[in-house]
Amino acid sequence: MAVIRDVIPAFELFQPASIEDAQSLLARYGPEGWVLAGGLDTFDWLADRIKRPTAVVDLGQIKGLSGVRVVDGGLEIGAMTTLTEVVQHPVVREKYRLLAEAAEAAASPQIRNQGTIGGNVSQDARCWYYRAGWPCYRAGGNICYADTPKGLNREHAILDADRCVAVNPSDTAPALIALDAKMVIRTPKEERVVDAEDYFIGPATDITRMTVLQPGDLLTAIRIPSTWAGAQFYFEKVRDRNVWDFALVNVASATKVSGSAIGDVRLVVNGVAAHPVRLKAVEAAVTGKPRNEATAELAGQLAVQGAQPLQHNGYKVPLMTNLVKRAIRGVAGEAA
Amino acid sequence: MATQPVEAQKTAHIRIDLNGEMTDVSFAPYKTLLEVLREDLGHTGTKHGCELGECGACAVILDGKPVLSCLVLAQECDGRKVVTIEGLTADGQLHPLQEAFGDHGGSQCGYCTPGMIVTAKALLDQNPNPTHEQIREALSGNLCRCTGYLQIFDAVENAIVEISKRNAAAK
Repeated sequence: MAVIRDVIPAFELFQPASIEDAQSLLARYGPEGWVLAGGLDTFDWLADRIKRPTAVVDLGQIKGLSGVRVVDGGLEIGAMTTLTEVVQHPVVREKYRLLAEAAEAAASPQIRNQGTIGGNVSQDARCWYYRAGWPCYRAGGNICYADTPKGLNREHAILDADRCVAVNPSDTAPALIALDAKMVIRTPKEERVVDAEDYFIGPATDITRMTVLQPGDLLTAIRIPSTWAGAQFYFEKVRDRNVWDFALVNVASATKVSGSAIGDVRLVVNGVAAHPVRLKAVEAAVTGKPRNEATAELAGQLAVQGAQPLQHNGYKVPLMTNLVKRAIRGVAGEAA
Repeated sequence: MATQPVEAQKTAHIRIDLNGEMTDVSFAPYKTLLEVLREDLGHTGTKHGCELGECGACAVILDGKPVLSCLVLAQECDGRKVVTIEGLTADGQLHPLQEAFGDHGGSQCGYCTPGMIVTAKALLDQNPNPTHEQIREALSGNLCRCTGYLQIFDAVENAIVEISKRNAAAK
């Protein structure tokens, strides 16, 4: 029976029971190996036949990688915990509602039952030239197809581009940076812990990767310290379709109010650069100021300084300005 | 590997509870749950849509939760419980959701219907009395290009009433 199907090319599937076994498989197969978490990023690449790994290493059978644990006043979330579990966890909802809102904004209800938080923060760029297999900078080539006079770049970067203009698509990433989360990484040699802020990298650091993970490294857990527990939070995501779509721009903020002034704040935007952007200059400028319209205006203007829109994404500049203003203002719908 | 005959590629094997029946199946390890259901098990009620997670046509209930079967490897389902649209009919009787979709015009071309119905079933199993907003949210990952959705929401709401009537009558 001749059937033309959009099938995934053959690969060998491994379901190791430990991190060590997973890493030895990844070492054995090198660039022919592929790490599978929830599968949302993976099967898109594989069904389109752009990536054709020989061996797929499914992390789903490794015990201890899934679940939310309360530790040292904070939380430790296993990398394979589904987004639905994160959204529904009572402590996440009570103390770190910013993360619950961000995770709930990701994808669709069915996908949140499958997709993991580790996959959400480690997913690859969604630039369609790159996803369609064009030999661009990010794919190891020497051109960016999106940043040309006729390139379609409505969804692309306005900040920190360097040859590649793709953006980071994660919704949980800005929330985790705002909460000062720590990423627990198992390298083949050791365990190391990296601030969420430093987990994500731009093209200037390595144009082929989105995170500090080197081949063979695995993200095993995300720790959320108690520092920002119960703070006032704001999360908002703007997208074309209100479900499933990736963010055009999203914003996450955590604010501690002292009297009528902003005592301390962390403010992060995603969808505007190849990595989530923590707006430290804005944080510094608004700290100590009253939480009012004038401060929000200042924050919004300062946030987009240095923005360099492409031909079709100029709208992202006022969009980011307004999302930052709302995050600083903390209007109705605020996560707090 | 791809040049081998199809039978020789069936190196993966799982046992799942499919619609209440323990089911063994062998298949090639790179196959998705959707492909194994349709091609190896002949359960063609679950539809093949976008393969991106965008449309929801391939939704099934896995361990009580709706998931997209085009984005799950069949091998990941070993030992788990799968419910497809074929599993909703009991003793030759349509499920109230199936009847309501027919009676209220919730199904036109029908391609999205299995995904819609199993997703609605998963919602009602968790929450027998959802609000209109909760129904909309639960079905937000399922695209329908015919109905405009309103008849679908009507159908689900009517099914809820019918289910509670039947439960009351059974008591």
